[in-house]
Amino acid sequence: MQMHSLSFDISHTLAGGLVLISFLMLYQDRLYSLLNVFALHALVLSLAVAWQALVQDAPHLYVTAAIALGFKAIVIPVALHRIIRQLGIHRDIEAAVGIGPTMLAGMGLVALSLVLMLRVTAEADPLAREDLAFALSVVLLGLLVMVTRRNAVSQVVGFMALENGLVLAATGAKGMPLVVEISVAFSILIAFIVIGIFLFRIRERFDSVDVSALDDFRGERR
Amino acid sequence: MSQLAFDAVGAVLLVPLATAALLAILPGYRLTARLNVIASLATFLAALSLLVTERPQPSPYVLVDDLNVVFIVLNTFIGFTTSIFSASYIAHELQSGQLTPAYLRFYHAMYQIMLFGMNLAFVSNNIGLIWVAVEIATLSTVLMVGIYRTHAALEAAWKYFILGSVGIALALFGTILVYMAARPVLGEGQDAMVWTLLIQRASGFDPALLNVAFIFLVLGYGTKVGLAPLHAWLPDAHAEGPTPISAVLSGLLLNVALYALLRFKILLAANPAAIAPGPLLSTMGLVSVVFAAFMLYRRQDIKRLFAYSSIEHMGIIVFAFGMGGPLANFAGLLHMVMHSLTKSAIFYAVGHITQIKGTQRISRIRGLTASHPALGWGLVIGVVAIAGLPPLGIFMSEFLVLSSTFVRQPLLAIVLALGILLALAALLLRLTTIAFGAPRGSMKPAEASDVPMFTHLALVLIAGVYLPAPFVVWFQHVAQLLG
Repeated sequence: MQMHSLSFDISHTLAGGLVLISFLMLYQDRLYSLLNVFALHALVLSLAVAWQALVQDAPHLYVTAAIALGFKAIVIPVALHRIIRQLGIHRDIEAAVGIGPTMLAGMGLVALSLVLMLRVTAEADPLAREDLAFALSVVLLGLLVMVTRRNAVSQVVGFMALENGLVLAATGAKGMPLVVEISVAFSILIAFIVIGIFLFRIRERFDSVDVSALDDFRGERR
Repeated sequence: MSQLAFDAVGAVLLVPLATAALLAILPGYRLTARLNVIASLATFLAALSLLVTERPQPSPYVLVDDLNVVFIVLNTFIGFTTSIFSASYIAHELQSGQLTPAYLRFYHAMYQIMLFGMNLAFVSNNIGLIWVAVEIATLSTVLMVGIYRTHAALEAAWKYFILGSVGIALALFGTILVYMAARPVLGEGQDAMVWTLLIQRASGFDPALLNVAFIFLVLGYGTKVGLAPLHAWLPDAHAEGPTPISAVLSGLLLNVALYALLRFKILLAANPAAIAPGPLLSTMGLVSVVFAAFMLYRRQDIKRLFAYSSIEHMGIIVFAFGMGGPLANFAGLLHMVMHSLTKSAIFYAVGHITQIKGTQRISRIRGLTASHPALGWGLVIGVVAIAGLPPLGIFMSEFLVLSSTFVRQPLLAIVLALGILLALAALLLRLTTIAFGAPRGSMKPAEASDVPMFTHLALVLIAGVYLPAPFVVWFQHVAQLLG
């Protein structure tokens, strides 16, 4: 019994930590710091998934945890660092939407997802329902990062944060099949997006894709 | 016999996959284009054999029933005809230097992977596997939309990518919630994601959890269907990619997402305590119809015009399925088949037209029936069909949707009729300038293969005049399945 409540507390802390780090992401106005916060996000996710693997006695989840650690906390942030340097956008400060309104919107979204999920999952076991409520908060905060940013790189970071929320939800749903396959599929998707940004030098979301830069300014900073 | 049917399912999946691998390494345009056609034909024949052989027992991953056979046969048929169109279209793109041989290889391989993804989504009996399959199909089309690497094409691909990714992410959250709802009843693990088991036990699921799940699934897969508030990617993706891809996007990929949505609608309808999925779907469908009808008037780009027309028709289909009941479901199913056939035929014509004229601007295309009779008249028939005029098939399905709605919800039927009429006027307005009058633009002869286009149009015409009885019985059965 004692052990159960400890394991409960640890998963709770990790999932709650993920929500907090999502909030940290909301007010980063520099790309490098956004990436660092995201790496932390992925690290906490991999800890949360590994902990679930341990308490659920589901060794296949360690694969998902390893993907989160290796791919999302290390490879992708490093690759995006390089892209930012090569595109020369590391000094950019984003102010698409002010920090104040964004934080307020974020709090609203978290409140919404807590109210919604805790109410509809009243009969599920407490761990799963709180996990799910946190996961939905992370998903919605990731979505918020995507809509408040103008830069393609930070949009991708927002998408990955959203996806971390999904992985959290999938691992919290005890015994769910295909979790590993889905996390691999998502990693492929993200790899494609990142390669796409790199190859096509997409700076801003929908309105300035500069392909001529690829031919005319190769190796030069613009 | 059932062994044979299982082999047919295997063929529907493995032929495209193996061909994709071959096409990725084989050089030469003639060889690969032919291989693409032959493989698509083989897949279509395998799908046809599913109609006659005994169905395999549903396994945890594979399911063949009356509902998805309609989708599989339609999918592989249009996949086959589009591969013929694509062969002549791509030959021109190679000559004009729009595509290099390396990109061509990539294009053909992606075409088969897309067919694989769509077929996998249709035969899958597992809600997780459906999700993975839809992602595969989407990813391959994203890559093809961006294949010209022009400014506009990359922008369209990026927009499609981001919106599509958010869509499938939301759909996955919905899928997880369905699993959570099923777990207390079906137990942990595999079983709680198998559709045939879910549907049997759905009445025991927690209704509140199912409701929330359905909202996420509608938002997620609805993005892919191109329903009105979530449609932003659709016109760009249609306009900037190669035209064979526009044809399969409109004719097939939208149906894949629709199919996923229908499966979950059936699941929700099986639980009496959950919200009725119908009103949500019919509202979104109606909004799409009216919205797209107005948007049709302002279009300057011929491919964008027909992309908005696809939004309109998907709206009609979703509306019909949302209304539910045997007649409306029958009409929705028929409309889906007719729309896929007609819209892909129109895109075949449009593909050749834009190649001849070297532009997609409607104002620069004039008098096609005089300069290119086959293409011009083909387009005229196609647009007349898609606008919903008799005696073609879409008239009949739209009439069925409207008349079944009039009996139950006269007000909704009036709004729907208004949307359909507005769209009809807009399309005919554009058609008169494109097809008639003094020809304008390049007059060079078309190197087109008209066979796929006229095959589709002939099928639509036949369906409009006379529906064979076995076909009607079969569709009625499926309509009952849909609830």
